[in-house]
Amino acid sequence: MSAVTLPVSTSSRERLSPAREALRRLSKHRSAQIGTVILVLMILVAVFAPLLAPYDPFQRQLSVKRRQPPCIHLLGCPADQPEHIFGIDGNSRDLFSRVLYGSRLSLQIGFITVTFAILVGGLLGALSAFAGGWVDNVIMRSMDVLMAFPSLLLAIAIVSVLGTGLINALLAIGIVSIPRYARLVRATVLQVREMEYVQASRALGGGGLHVLFTRILPNAITPLIVQGTLGIAGAIIDAAALSFLGLGAEPPRPEWGLMLGEERNSVFSAPHLVIFPGLAIMLTVLSFNLLGDGLRDALDPRLRGSGS
Amino acid sequence: MFQFIIRRLLLLLPVVVGIVFVTFVIVRAIPSDPCKAMLGEKATEAKCNEFRERYGLNDNVVIQFGRYLVNMTTGDFGVSIRFGRPVVDLMSERLPVTIELTILAMLFSTLLGVGLGVLSALNRNSIIDTFTMVIANIGVSMPVFWLGMVLAYIFAILLKDTPFVLPPSGRLTSGISLIPLTRYWEMTDVAGAQKFAVDFLSNTLLFNALITGNFKALGDGLKHLILPAVAVGTIPMAIIARMTRSSLLEVLGLDYIRTAKAKGLIFNKVITRHAMRNAMVPIVTIIGLETGALLSGAVLTETVFALPGVGTALVQAILARDYPVVQGFTLIVALIFIFANLLVDLSYAYLDPRIRLE
Repeated sequence: MSAVTLPVSTSSRERLSPAREALRRLSKHRSAQIGTVILVLMILVAVFAPLLAPYDPFQRQLSVKRRQPPCIHLLGCPADQPEHIFGIDGNSRDLFSRVLYGSRLSLQIGFITVTFAILVGGLLGALSAFAGGWVDNVIMRSMDVLMAFPSLLLAIAIVSVLGTGLINALLAIGIVSIPRYARLVRATVLQVREMEYVQASRALGGGGLHVLFTRILPNAITPLIVQGTLGIAGAIIDAAALSFLGLGAEPPRPEWGLMLGEERNSVFSAPHLVIFPGLAIMLTVLSFNLLGDGLRDALDPRLRGSGS
Repeated sequence: MFQFIIRRLLLLLPVVVGIVFVTFVIVRAIPSDPCKAMLGEKATEAKCNEFRERYGLNDNVVIQFGRYLVNMTTGDFGVSIRFGRPVVDLMSERLPVTIELTILAMLFSTLLGVGLGVLSALNRNSIIDTFTMVIANIGVSMPVFWLGMVLAYIFAILLKDTPFVLPPSGRLTSGISLIPLTRYWEMTDVAGAQKFAVDFLSNTLLFNALITGNFKALGDGLKHLILPAVAVGTIPMAIIARMTRSSLLEVLGLDYIRTAKAKGLIFNKVITRHAMRNAMVPIVTIIGLETGALLSGAVLTETVFALPGVGTALVQAILARDYPVVQGFTLIVALIFIFANLLVDLSYAYLDPRIRLE
């Protein structure tokens, strides 16, 4: 009954939980809106790739020429020819189907590497802050050294040790992005550790791990979500770069970076082989970047200002 | 200021040792036997032992690391397996291209990025602002190697018969060449650090062309570097533009700017003397951080434009399992990156005297 007597104008706003308040702000953020729309489309494409793709991405097409430019019936391509809206690649496969299937790989790559980096980095950061002393020093100084390398270069060096291949490339990109999350979690833990509610939880008899996981680390979730979203964008680009150089995914996998690398020399004769996979990378990365900017503004007002 | 520089250099030492350590570990961590990698799979055990003895691989790891450090300070980075030449020689050939490319890209990204950022901040929410920020968002999301290929296609094929045509690959048009500086300066029997320095400058195409007065080569070399530099510089340019815009907007809202305006200072001076000076600190930070992106970008873009730089050397070395080259080049690029960040730190102290006292 008491809720009814409250003035409606204030109650409807103030009773929103922080999470819903953040969601409301996010839904009004223009770049977040655009990012979400593109991302949802990408995820749908990835999930329904087998239904959407007109051809098998690995199957050679028999009735076409290699590197044939796009054939779209609506744009005047003769109706007796099979339709290939992105054209044909160097191995006579349908490029459109390959690009569609590529979305599966790239999204997986982004999520897997960032999850790995957050788990390992978060653990290291929490350990570092909690243990302090020489443990802290050793961990954080190693993180400094990792960050002293240009990230892609370090990833290349790690691949040279692990050997080329998609899994190793992912591992390399994951390792390279660990320091970012370790620093973030460490900073959060140090900042929150001395707060009164944490002390209170300890005084009530909460053990170290209990306090860490239920009282301290939830504070790190918000910045981790923001960093992680932007990190996915970076991971997708870096993985594409490694595959482009021939150090990541191997043929015949429909990986966008690899597709660009394979057709590097045909850009002048068959530009469609370069334009479409590149556009796909760009759109996917753009969606994560826009969403990340929006999340930062919506979730963490303190960080606001460096986005658009 | 001098004290500040010394302190920064001392702080750098542990990081440098760490980097050397990482590159050392990377090569030691390779699962394959270095002997088999060098001498081939069929090498006998006796030969391998002799090999290990010769390269000191039988010694304690700590001793090996010490020796590695000492060798490095004398410029000995080992010998390339594939070419049988000292890695240092390869460096003096490959580094100049990458550095020229990085510097040009940096100029492009900084000048245009700061310019666009200031323009957007001063015309907030105008068409210019929206346009710049849309471009910046798209720019951040593009893979640099893809942008390189698209630029090459546009400027070498689509604009073929216009004055805007630009070469899509290589360093110089065939037929144009430069003489080595050792010959130009009539130096004989140079060795060691001097040889490295002269070779390095000699292979720095733009420098060589300027010194020897070969302006045809200078123009041609620049023309070849425009597309790669634009490709490498675009992403940092976008980030710098975003940073400049938000940093300047923040400063423009402060009281002292209003005071400066109120006392009748002309608008341009308010921006250049008062606002930009304070806004520059975060901008410089970003420029420093972007050096890493520029170097990574240069490594990727060289492959697209067939430039014989560090990137192409590194990738070929990895595929050929030429570990001394991988080690040496990774190390040298990391050191360049650190050095660039040191310069950024020093420029902070110049821009903001408070930082010197920290």
